[in-house]
Amino acid sequence: MASPLQQFEIKTIAAANIGGVNVSFTNSSLFMVIAITAITAFLLLGVRKRALVPGRLQSMAELMYEFVAGLVRDNVGSAGRAYFPFIFSLFMFILFCNTIGLIPYTFTVTSHIIVTFALAIVVFIGVTIVGIAKHGMKWFSYFFPPGAPIYMAPLLVPIEVLSYLARPVTLALRLFANMMAGHTMLKVFAGFVIALGVAGVAPLAILIALYMLELIVAVLQAFVFAILTCLYLHDALHLH
Amino acid sequence: MPQLDVASYAPQLVWLVISFVLLYVLMARVALPRIADVLEERSRRREDNLAKAEELEKEAEDVSAAYETALAEARTRAQAALAKAQDAAKTSAEAKVAELDKALHARTREAEAAIARARESALGEAAAIAADVARMAAQKVAGLVVDEASARAAADAARKARA
Repeated sequence: MASPLQQFEIKTIAAANIGGVNVSFTNSSLFMVIAITAITAFLLLGVRKRALVPGRLQSMAELMYEFVAGLVRDNVGSAGRAYFPFIFSLFMFILFCNTIGLIPYTFTVTSHIIVTFALAIVVFIGVTIVGIAKHGMKWFSYFFPPGAPIYMAPLLVPIEVLSYLARPVTLALRLFANMMAGHTMLKVFAGFVIALGVAGVAPLAILIALYMLELIVAVLQAFVFAILTCLYLHDALHLH
Repeated sequence: MPQLDVASYAPQLVWLVISFVLLYVLMARVALPRIADVLEERSRRREDNLAKAEELEKEAEDVSAAYETALAEARTRAQAALAKAQDAAKTSAEAKVAELDKALHARTREAEAAIARARESALGEAAAIAADVARMAAQKVAGLVVDEASARAAADAARKARA
């Protein structure tokens, strides 16, 4: 029986090497391209008719827009308007990678720590740059909670710095671990279904329930990633 | 665990950057402005319709107010015309009554005058008759011949004394 981890293997489709860097087109690359194509097609086809009374597809496209716009407005404020396209892209990318990955025989881009970590580090560095650009040196006051007695500084500042630095790690790990664990579990139960023969209906039922759960997790993790990005952005723009 | 295969990191990162940047550009430049456009147009249309409805309502109110004003004005005018007509009728009736009154007075006076004249002449004739009767009576009873003028004077005096 194939290992439950086999599904995470990166397979090269077209090998390429530029300046000593391996830029091969892999199954991971393929599903990234599929995801962005699907997102773009979904949105553009949705608003193609520009109907006053939206149809199903247009309603969904508008719903996505208004959902993320509301997320940014509620969690970042009006100053977050400029970052809306980034957060929208981030949310849609993770959402589509997660959900497309649930289709059998596909590959889940977000089940690789390097991908989630890259997204998280972009958010982390971007938010830090936004904070420093907006507040200058005053931004460092973020590491000392206002109202705390000054003699607590030696204790509080390292804690705050540590928790700030932990942000990209937790952000990346949360998404990666959820995706990987879910897919591994699905595969393990799928293996039971085959191995048990007729009695496999029991693990099959569990498999279906797990699949539902994984669908929720796929959507929820995209939402969590987006809302945490919004909260970090709020901290950077408003400090505390 | 394939996730820890460091050799696979470079192609994943390269393609992640390529696809995410492409997605960002597509979203920021194409998809999101279009959706925003559609949403904005809808809210604009909605506001337009609301504004139009408000305008129409105001217009209807204006028309209704104008109607009320016209109605009130017409009523006032009608009342004024009625009052004027009544006044005119009253005036003309009074004038006619006065005229009639005058005519009646005139005729009364004429009749009175005629009666007075008739009475005068009747009294005159009666006096002449009385004088004649007195003269004939004097002639027959006393054998006195009394001329007409003194008989008349005597009769007049007698009548005056009785009156």
